[in-house]
Amino acid sequence: MYISPIREPLVTGSKSYKQVTDDITKPMDGKPGRLWFVGLGLALLALMLGGVAIFVTVWDGIGSWGLNRTIGWGWGITNFVWWVGIGHAGTFISAILLLFRQKWRTSINRSAEAMTIFAVMCAGLFPLLHMGRLPLGFFVFPYPNTRDLWVNFNSPLLWDVFAISTYFMVSLLFWYMGLIPDIATIRDRLKRSFKKKVYAVLSFGWTGSARHWARHESMSLILAGLAAPLVLSVHSIVSMDFATSVIPGWHTTIFPPYFVAGAVFSGFAMVLTLMIITRKALNLQNYITVGHVESMNKVIIATGSIVGIAYITELFMAWYSGVVYERFAFVNRAFGPYWWAYWIMMTCNVITPQLFWFKKIRRNLAATFIISIFVNIGMWFERFVIIVTSLHRDFLPSSWAMYSPTWVEVGVYLGTFGLFFTLFFLFIRFFPVVAIAEVKSVLRSSGENFVRKGVENEK
Amino acid sequence: MKNRQYITGVYYDDKELLDGIIQIQKSDIPIFDVRTPFPVHGLDDVLKFKRSRLPRLGFVAGTLGAILAFVFQVWVFSSSWPLNFGGKPFFSVPSFIPVTFEMAVLFAAISLVFGFLIKSGIGPGAPALIFDERTSDNVFLVVLEFVDDSHEQKIFNVLKEAGAEDIKSINPSLQNE
Repeated sequence: MYISPIREPLVTGSKSYKQVTDDITKPMDGKPGRLWFVGLGLALLALMLGGVAIFVTVWDGIGSWGLNRTIGWGWGITNFVWWVGIGHAGTFISAILLLFRQKWRTSINRSAEAMTIFAVMCAGLFPLLHMGRLPLGFFVFPYPNTRDLWVNFNSPLLWDVFAISTYFMVSLLFWYMGLIPDIATIRDRLKRSFKKKVYAVLSFGWTGSARHWARHESMSLILAGLAAPLVLSVHSIVSMDFATSVIPGWHTTIFPPYFVAGAVFSGFAMVLTLMIITRKALNLQNYITVGHVESMNKVIIATGSIVGIAYITELFMAWYSGVVYERFAFVNRAFGPYWWAYWIMMTCNVITPQLFWFKKIRRNLAATFIISIFVNIGMWFERFVIIVTSLHRDFLPSSWAMYSPTWVEVGVYLGTFGLFFTLFFLFIRFFPVVAIAEVKSVLRSSGENFVRKGVENEK
Repeated sequence: MKNRQYITGVYYDDKELLDGIIQIQKSDIPIFDVRTPFPVHGLDDVLKFKRSRLPRLGFVAGTLGAILAFVFQVWVFSSSWPLNFGGKPFFSVPSFIPVTFEMAVLFAAISLVFGFLIKSGIGPGAPALIFDERTSDNVFLVVLEFVDDSHEQKIFNVLKEAGAEDIKSINPSLQNE
């Protein structure tokens, strides 16, 4: 392995392998703290609210939402796209950064992937609910039925079904296969008990045999190679839900790359928001270092700038195309009745992330935390702006309308937060937040003295 | 059948492990297994593992998925139930690409994971032959097997010369019984 003489260490505090195991599994020992129970309690509360809102949606029908004849897609699809976007960071980190041999990914990939899986679960709920009849959701799959009808393979909405379900499946497999060796670590630490038996089953009988590792490596690399284009395809297809229509403001060829950049942008922001708290709460500052935060901020500024350029390109093309409808749509976005949403989006996505050009801000945790929340808000408003402002001024002025959500829509949205955080709290309690085996494999890549000292420490 | 017996030697660093294995291989004692807490680079070369055939499996399954998805869509739209969408052609290749791609990825990924699990003989609740519980923590373990008791001392010496520590003969514990 190449050992870099000047690069800052990926794991600070001159840890030995044993310390790595101890530090990362420590939050799982003993009883959880009060903070954990409070967090889980709040999440469950939000989840229950979501349950009520979903019940009302299914019982009363979509009429309980604030949608109308003109604006048929409101918070539901906004939240769907927002959650799918957040679900892009995990697989981006574990697949694309693996292919690029970015070693710093090892400390954050496990939790980011978990967030991906939870976010995609939240996302999937919205189209399902929006269809109105939950038990008939399986109609979206092409199965032989008595009506002899098939689904419409020309529709991006159907491509979405395939893209999102494939993405969920592949992310889940990738995540769990990476988790097996770490579960085995936990199994081997536990004394004989029921808990040990559970982890033994979950560890799939992993022994750390060299032959298994070789195969595991080979599989992970190919899975990463498959997941990398998959990540890009998912949000490209989501963007085609809009781009293949003829609505001014949606009918744009730059949507796929623009959406993918936006997805990685918002995903990284969410990972940062949560990891800055988690590393402190679980005492993992030596593993998720300021260096990691800085690297992620660099990705944020790159993708944020792509998003900014996309906004400006859209404006330019609206003017340059000479299409009056397109021009109106964009002037209306910025200065129409939803001007506030547009300027929140512009401020949070284009202006504030540019602060990361300063190294001081990039390496400042408080500033990063605040800006990452700004990005989360901004990216939600991006989807709201794209969906609602493009729809609310129809081709016929007689059908112009305004839209605001009812408590049911807000409740479903808060409910998905509940689902996400419930799963996240359970995850940090029962599984290692940092990929133990992967961190160990990059531990001694920072200087020869360190390696010698490491061997001594191990005994 | 005679009880299998094993002798294990411990290393604390991946590079020392690699050097040690090369040393052991100079004697004619075969290495039963090497247990490590993380994938050690170069270990598969030293142990002369054949290259995994998983990539080929993934390729075949992916191709199969792509062909199935494409043929199915073409069949649905041009033979089973052709539907007219705005006068567009029934056989429209571009709009079949996304689903074809997704199914290729799905088939490849699932076959890779199951191929890996089956080939490695692991799965939910599979028994694990553990020689030393520290191998998932901080210990690199070389495992040698012997049947004839007269070999025991010889193996001890070989491991000692190869720089292994904590050498002992062991009966492994089977987890998950």
